[in-house]
Amino acid sequence: MPFIPTEIALRSSAPVTIDHDKCIGDKGCTVCVDVCPLDLLAIDKSTGKAYMQFDECWYCLPCQHDCPTGALKVDIPYLLR
Amino acid sequence: MSTPQTHILEYDIVVVGGGTAGPMAAVKAKEANPNLKVLLLEKANVKRSGAISMGMDGLNNAVVPGFATPEQYTKEITIANDGIVDQSTVYAYAQHSYATIEELDRWGVKFEKDLTGDYAMKKVHHMGTYVLPMPEGHNVKKVLYRQLKRARVAITNRVVATRLLTDENGAIAGVLGFDCRTADFYVIRAKAVILSTGAAGRLGLPASGYLMGTYENPTNAGDGYSMAFHAGAALRNLECYQINPLIKDYNGPACAYVTGPLGGFTANNKGERFIECDYWSGQMMWEFYQELQSGNGPVFLKLDHLAEETIQTIETILHGNERPSRGQFHARRGTDYRTQMIEMHISEIGFCSGHSASGVYVNSKAETSVPGLYAAGDMAAVPHNYMLGAFTYGWFAGRNAAEYVSGRELPAADAAQVEKERTRIFAPLLRDNGLPPAQVEYKLRRFVNDYLQPPKVTRRYEIALNRFAEIAEDIEQLHARNPHELMRAAEVGFIHDCAEMAARASLFRTESRWGLYHYRVDHPQRNDAEWFVHTELYKNDKGEIAHRKKEIEPYSIAIDTEEGQAYNRLRIKKDEAPEPQAA
Ligand SMILES: Cc1cc2nc3c(=O)[nH]c(=O)nc-3n(C[C@H](O)[C@H](O)[C@H](O)COP(=O)(O)OP(=O)(O)OC[C@H]3O[C@@H](n4cnc5c(N)ncnc54)[C@H](O)[C@@H]3O)c2cc1C
Ligand code: SF4
Ligand code: SF4
Repeated sequence: MPFIPTEIALRSSAPVTIDHDKCIGDKGCTVCVDVCPLDLLAIDKSTGKAYMQFDECWYCLPCQHDCPTGALKVDIPYLLR
Repeated sequence: MSTPQTHILEYDIVVVGGGTAGPMAAVKAKEANPNLKVLLLEKANVKRSGAISMGMDGLNNAVVPGFATPEQYTKEITIANDGIVDQSTVYAYAQHSYATIEELDRWGVKFEKDLTGDYAMKKVHHMGTYVLPMPEGHNVKKVLYRQLKRARVAITNRVVATRLLTDENGAIAGVLGFDCRTADFYVIRAKAVILSTGAAGRLGLPASGYLMGTYENPTNAGDGYSMAFHAGAALRNLECYQINPLIKDYNGPACAYVTGPLGGFTANNKGERFIECDYWSGQMMWEFYQELQSGNGPVFLKLDHLAEETIQTIETILHGNERPSRGQFHARRGTDYRTQMIEMHISEIGFCSGHSASGVYVNSKAETSVPGLYAAGDMAAVPHNYMLGAFTYGWFAGRNAAEYVSGRELPAADAAQVEKERTRIFAPLLRDNGLPPAQVEYKLRRFVNDYLQPPKVTRRYEIALNRFAEIAEDIEQLHARNPHELMRAAEVGFIHDCAEMAARASLFRTESRWGLYHYRVDHPQRNDAEWFVHTELYKNDKGEIAHRKKEIEPYSIAIDTEEGQAYNRLRIKKDEAPEPQAA
């Protein structure tokens, strides 16, 4: 039996957070997903709300700035704060 | 994930990279000939991509009649870049600079004007006056997008270009890439390609250790440098790194250009000025580095002596444009410009001709050494070109590419090149297991810091090449779990190419030049007898990185010896240091 390659996930707290009451991703909005230069945001199929999928944020703010409802907040990533 | 498709597209001109230079190039190509099929290909989304995604604080190098002449500007940049300049390229920019400003102004970009409606120019450089503030510069991307739509440029977002296609004569035949959401493969045939993919911003690792905490927009991993090399294009003076003085940890510009004209300055831990001029140059970085290393460090941006009104103006600009999360960063750390100086540090290394001089060779028509391949912006070797240079060379590239393609047939796409690249790009997605791209990137960039960060030591550079060779083997083991990770895997390849080019270029030039950018401990003197030349990096017959010296074009604007020393005397002599002014 050969050794089986395994992976361990690294935890990270997402610098981008969403106010589910305000997010209208379930009504078809994808503005933040569209503008992120690093392509880090997505709509969660189960909730219909935006979420941060990848931890590679440049804290540049187009997502927060362009969100039509003020549902998205960017914090400086923890390592730099 | 559905099975990736292959899309085969045909265009006259493909512009790769829709940040700053790219949109201008695409619009100007269409203006030159509206019948051309022009595609703007972007890894992100052109609405918010590139260095200016949130706007910009000002033009760093505007040549405005009444304030400076193209001749004066060319002289300043020749001196600031230690003489290693083809003046024709800088002069072509300088002559066109004002026309570019007027065009942007007409399009709706807002520049600061005085009461009489003239541009409100500021002096930041050592000799002349070239800075034009844009306190309302946050709409640049919107303005560009409107022009793209008006000119009917085709736009494809979220496609990562990875290699260029060439024909049997070595001329450009198209671009290959993939969609970072679906992993669809793109074969885009074209008569000409304009590369405007920005700086190599993910070469060094920021001191924070955070991969994406870079000075540059981290979408710019050095993609264009790598693609140009593989297509056979020559690159110039890559050892003239980009290293910037930045806000520590935040890693964004402290903005001496914004604050300088208002009375702010770079200071040591005693609050004293130690450099005469805050314009970024290798010599300035050298003094900055010396101060950091000495007992006088850290280095700070000093604003606490300024009047409340002035501080409010500074806050409005610095916390609104360019890097608007800066206010939040300071607030969390309890840094108030009124009472504290702002701690600074030096950035990771990168390639960027927009800030220094490391780039793909271009002439004053934005042509590279490969027929049909143009380059503009940070990746094109026109020293200190910044944003206005990106727009201006984008303009040149668009106009000249339009002329080049007229009457040309679409070259055939070489099936062997296409299949080779398909195999190479998609390998990480096809493996069942392997190394995560982020880990390989981290290790590679940590080695870049460990071994390549100046001062440059020959023995360190030799070790670096061994380490990079090992990483090349790791790259063969990369495993991507989805198209997004596939994008990061492709970028590791670009970063690796740039790391090797940085090491070899630095070893080739056996002298020191450009202050900290190329300080070689084993060759500490500038040696004009042997090294008053460009270093040119190219791909040899075996596909390896090779170097040769290239003569500098004879100067059209003479530099006398006294003037030539201006940037070598940036340090303020102890007894001359002016006292900080009281508020
Ligand atoms: C934080 C910061 C502050 C600055 N401040 C100033 C200033 O105040 N004044 C000034 O004059 N200059 C300033 N500059 C410099 C100026 O912004 C740049 O010189 C200029 O914007 C560079 O333009 P570019 O088109 O070369 O690159 P970018 O605008 O960065 O565009 C490159 C584009 O290429 C895309 N791309 C990259 N790789 C690929 C690929 N493989 N496939 C497809 N697309 C790709 C990227 O997504 C990006 O959109 C600053 C730069 C930074 C980073
Ligand atoms: S832009 Fe705002 S409202 Fe739209 S999906 Fe994103 S968070 Fe939700
Ligand atoms: S701050 Fe920038 S990088 Fe981070 S999620 Fe928003 S748009 Fe993306």
